[in-house]
Amino acid sequence: MSIILNHVNYIYSEGTKIAQHALKDINLQIGDGEFIGIIGHTGSGKSTLIQHLNGLLKPTSGEVYYNGRDINDKDFSRKELRSKVGLVFQYPEYQLFETTIFADVSFGPKNQGLPENEAGLRAFEALRSVKIPEELYYQSPFELSGGQKRRVAIAGVLAMKPEVLILDEPTAGLDPMGRDEILDEIARLHKERNMTVILVSHSMEDVAKYVDRLIVMNGGVVAYNGTPREVFSHYKKLERIGLSAPSVTYLVHDLFEKGYDVDVNATTVDEAVETILNCFKK
Amino acid sequence: MLRDITIGQYYPEESFIHKLDPRVKLLGAFLFVVSVFIYDNLLGFAIMTFFLGLCIVTCKVPLKFMVKGLRAILFILILTGVINLFLTPGTSVFSWRFINITKQGIYNTVYMIIRLTYLVLGSSIMTLTTTPTRLTDGMETGLRFLKFFKFPVHEVAMMMSIALRFIPILIEEADKIMKAQMARGADFETGGLIKKAKNMVPLLVPLFVSAWRRAGDLAMAMEARCYNGGEGRTRMKPLKYQKCDYIAYLILFIYLGAMIATRIIFKADTLFGMYS
Ligand SMILES: Nc1ncnc2c1ncn2[C@@H]1O[C@H](COP(=O)(O)OP(=O)(O)OP(=O)(O)O)[C@@H](O)[C@H]1O
Ligand SMILES: [Mg+2]
Repeated sequence: MSIILNHVNYIYSEGTKIAQHALKDINLQIGDGEFIGIIGHTGSGKSTLIQHLNGLLKPTSGEVYYNGRDINDKDFSRKELRSKVGLVFQYPEYQLFETTIFADVSFGPKNQGLPENEAGLRAFEALRSVKIPEELYYQSPFELSGGQKRRVAIAGVLAMKPEVLILDEPTAGLDPMGRDEILDEIARLHKERNMTVILVSHSMEDVAKYVDRLIVMNGGVVAYNGTPREVFSHYKKLERIGLSAPSVTYLVHDLFEKGYDVDVNATTVDEAVETILNCFKK
Repeated sequence: MLRDITIGQYYPEESFIHKLDPRVKLLGAFLFVVSVFIYDNLLGFAIMTFFLGLCIVTCKVPLKFMVKGLRAILFILILTGVINLFLTPGTSVFSWRFINITKQGIYNTVYMIIRLTYLVLGSSIMTLTTTPTRLTDGMETGLRFLKFFKFPVHEVAMMMSIALRFIPILIEEADKIMKAQMARGADFETGGLIKKAKNMVPLLVPLFVSAWRRAGDLAMAMEARCYNGGEGRTRMKPLKYQKCDYIAYLILFIYLGAMIATRIIFKADTLFGMYS
C-alpha cells in the first residue's frame, strides 16, 4: 500500500503565454504509515503537488499510483479515492457551508454513503478529537472564531476516516497553543490508526518535531528528500532557497564552532537540550 | 474547469494593440460595434473581416484563446440562429409539417451569427489587450465630459473596476471551494437537474460568504485610506497620447469612413447583408 509519483509534470494554463510549469519531473514514493513533511518557499509547488495525490489535478505528463493502480485511469473511481486520501486545504475554514457545525462535519461521511447515525457518530468523534466544545455543535459555523473554524474544517476531513491524511498548512495563523494541540492530535491519529500523514508546513520547528521524512520543494522540483536530520544538515544550502533550519540547528552549530563538543545534528529542542547537557557534564 | 472562462480576461503580450491608450481601444471597440450594425453588403463585410483579422493578428493573442471565449455564448448563438431560421416570414424554400424555412430566414440567421460572433471577438480584443485598471482609467478620462451632465463618472468607473477586479478572484475562489468540497466527496457532475442544483449549495454558500467578506474588507480598506470619491484624486500613471495612438485613431476613422461609404454607394445585397 503506497503512493508512487512517476515523472509527474504539471503545467497551469498549458499552451498559453501565462503557462506556469509548477511541477517538474517529480518522482516520489510514500509508504504506508509514514509521517511526511513537505516544506518549500512560497510558490514552490507544494499545494499543486498534494492535489495530485487525490486526483483533483491530473498530471500534464507522468503517473500517480495509489496501491499499485494509476489513479487517472478511466475506470478508477476517484470519488472512492478521495474518501481514502483525505485532503485538508490551505485555509479550509472558507469551505464551511452547512447550517450547523455538526451537519457540516457529517457532510463528508454522508457522501461516503454512510447511514445517518453512523455519519453522526463519525462527526461526533471528529469534533471531539479537534477539541470543539460540545455546546457549539449545533451552532452555525459562521459564528465561530477563525481558529475554531479551522478545527471544524479539519474535523470535516477526519470524519471520513481516511487512510492517508494530507494537510496543507493546517496551523497557519493559529496561536502556538492551538497549533500544538492540532499537531499533537494528528500525531496521535498517525500512531493509533497507523494513518499515513503528509504535512505541508512553513514551520521548521513543527516538521522537525513530528515528521519522519522531509521533502523539500524548490521551484517545482524536489530539492531534498530525507530525514529531518539529513535535510537540516544542509542548512546553509537551505538558506539559499529561501528556507532555514530550526533555530536549534543554528544554536548547536554556533556552539560547535566555539569549540563545544555538541552533536550538530540535533534538530528538536529536546535533542538539543540533551546534547548540550551531555557536553557540559563531561 | 471554471478557469476556462476567458471573457473579460487580460492576456499579457507585447504588441502594438497592447501598447495603445485605453481611450483609443474603447473608441475603437465602440466604432467596430457600430460598423457591425451598419454594414449591409458584401464589400462592407469584406472590409470588416479584414479589419478584424488585422486586429487579431497584430494583438498576438492566439486565436484559440479568443475562440474559447465564444464557447460561453454558444447557447445564445444557437438560440438566435434557431429563432431566426424558423420564425422569419417570407418566400418558403423548405417546409414540412409546421416547420417552414424561408429564404429570408436563412439570410437572417447567417447575418445574426456573423454579427454576434464579430461583436464578441471585437470586444474581447479590447479586454484581452487592456488591463482592467487601464480600461476603467480610460473610461473615466474619456467620459469626463459627462460630468457636465451631473453623471457620476468617477463613481461608475470605480464600481466597474472593482467589479472587473472581482471576477477572476471569485472564479479562483469558486475553483478552490469546488476542489475542497470534492475532496470531501461532493459531486458536481452527475445527477439530474434538481440534484445538480442541490449539489451546488456547498459551493454557493461559501462563495457568497466570501464575496460579502471581501466586499466588506475592501470598503474598510478604502475608508482607512481616506477614499472619498474622485474629487482631487491624481494618478500614478496619467494617460497620455503617444504617436501610435494618433496613428490608430487615423486608421479607425478611415475604417469607419470606408464602412459608411460602402453602405451609401453600394446597394444592399442579400448575400451577407440583411434581407430587406
Ligand atoms: N490555479 C493556478 N493557476 C495558475 N498558476 C497557479 C495556480 N495555482 C498555483 N499556480 C502557480 O503554480 C506555482 C506553484 O503554486 P503552489 O500553490 O503549488 O505553491 P505553494 O508551494 O503551495 O505556495 P504557498 O506556500 O504560498 O502555498 C506558483 O508559481 C503559482 O503561481
Ligand atoms: Mg500552498
